Amino acid sequence: MKKNILSLIKTIIVGIILVLYVFPFVLVLINSFKNRVDIVSNPLNLPKTYNLGNYIDAYTKMNYSHAFMNSLIVTVFSVIAIVINSSMTAYILVRKKWKFNKIMFFIFVASMIIPFQGIMIPLVNIYGSLGMLNSKWTLIYMYIGFGVALAVFMYHGFIKSIPVELEEAAMIDGCSIMQTFWQIVFPLLKPTTMTIAILDVLWIWNDFLLPSLILVEAKERTLPLSTYYFYGTYTVNYGLAMAGLILTIVPVILFYLFTQKHIINGVLQGSIK
Amino acid sequence: MDREKGFVDKLKIYLLFAGPTTFIFFTVIILPFLFGIYLTFTNWNGISSNHSFIGIKNYLEVFKDKAFFNSFLLTLKYVFFTVTLTNVIAFLLASILTSGVKGQNFFRSGFFTPNLIGGVLLGYIWQFVFSNVLVYLGKTFEIPILSSSWLSDPNKAFWTLVIVGVWQYSGYMMIIYIAGLMNVPKDILEAASIDGAGNFRRMINITLPMLVPSFTVCIFLSLQRTFMVYDVNLALTKGGPFKSTELISMTVYNKAFLSQDYGVGQAQAFFLFLIVAVVTLIQVYFSKKMEVEA
Repeated sequence: MKKNILSLIKTIIVGIILVLYVFPFVLVLINSFKNRVDIVSNPLNLPKTYNLGNYIDAYTKMNYSHAFMNSLIVTVFSVIAIVINSSMTAYILVRKKWKFNKIMFFIFVASMIIPFQGIMIPLVNIYGSLGMLNSKWTLIYMYIGFGVALAVFMYHGFIKSIPVELEEAAMIDGCSIMQTFWQIVFPLLKPTTMTIAILDVLWIWNDFLLPSLILVEAKERTLPLSTYYFYGTYTVNYGLAMAGLILTIVPVILFYLFTQKHIINGVLQGSIK
Repeated sequence: MDREKGFVDKLKIYLLFAGPTTFIFFTVIILPFLFGIYLTFTNWNGISSNHSFIGIKNYLEVFKDKAFFNSFLLTLKYVFFTVTLTNVIAFLLASILTSGVKGQNFFRSGFFTPNLIGGVLLGYIWQFVFSNVLVYLGKTFEIPILSSSWLSDPNKAFWTLVIVGVWQYSGYMMIIYIAGLMNVPKDILEAASIDGAGNFRRMINITLPMLVPSFTVCIFLSLQRTFMVYDVNLALTKGGPFKSTELISMTVYNKAFLSQDYGVGQAQAFFLFLIVAVVTLIQVYFSKKMEVEA
């Protein structure tokens, strides 16, 4: 009995803390239905009517569908390319014990300590002088560059634990090394692939600094960028600005509702490595 | 497995599997990194086609620059408070959640939510909270500390950054602590209770030492993130009022892309890279030494 009461008290305490944690989101949501006058007079009131005017306005002014598509293209292509390239690279680095491979693996791992800010200036210089800025394909190319080191490292750890006999049997049966990799090894890597995909989707979908340096033109903007410019323009028009924030948050929350177990597990696996 | 004997065979296999990765990785990370080191010794402004070699002048400028030094100190202060508070709160949440609270998964997912959303959006959400909601509460209930916006006061604006940082990262670190706490072997804890150890004793003598690996990871991750924070800084305070909240990433960004001073900007970035590398390596080295086996 005493134990039950104690656990109830604990549940209530974390419940209150959770409410405080999510309260900012709730505030943005309720104010997204109101107009400026109502928000200034009382930001805590529930809206009198739930009209979607702010949303329709924000949707067109942010060029939402376009920015959403840009974000989707950049995220999907980058993540697929990171998974394919780094799994193949890690495979060759593990299975061929050449000296060169050991050096390469060391370079990949060592590079992870370089923060983005350490190379952003020369990166913009170099690709700017080549005239390659302002394209989402350049952005994808860079995400592959920034993403492969961690992915190679994680695949490397996993492939090391797979017994080599299976592959040898496949090769004796006449599989080429390419077939062996795709038909035998890659399916076994699924847990690592999930982890990498989840970490990279969260990172690339939400990233701001790199796209803000690469994509200057409005038509190439990703969702975080268009939210940034939109909010900057309409800061004083609170209702509209709040609706814009909600529009950007909603797809992520929907995605989270269906995949939360995988996401939390992926984050955990990724940080333990 | 090594059936490829000749150099050409080896090269073919390597290029087939790792060629694209190696090429992209070198052109995006390694070349810019090396070119960046070269940049710090020149006076390039990013536009003119000719620039000259000026030795270590940029580095001297970095150390003479008072604004940079202030921003560096501010960042250290921010890192200290955010990392400490984040880890304390994350650990407390994790230990409550693993001590028999109903709906653990629900709470876990809830606290993690801020990590799904980009820093710019989090910054804007809190900008609204600090400049409207809290001011409204302060005026209505006559709470003096809330009645003017924290974002327009240089001292309080710093704390808004810390609050948002802790709010953002604690859910993430909590997940790692929960996993650590669930891995503490039950039999050792039971043996200790039989020997008469109370809750507090078990926490100090068994749980905490077993959790050192989780602390290593969490402190490493929070150090790395707080040193490099930019989006939240930009969206929440823009470095203001009067540059009082300009953290180091923003200073580097402004130096390079607003003042067009690429050499000095890159020297600052390089300095930042060295500091972060040294701090995190020292931290990992000492925490690894404290790890124990069950």
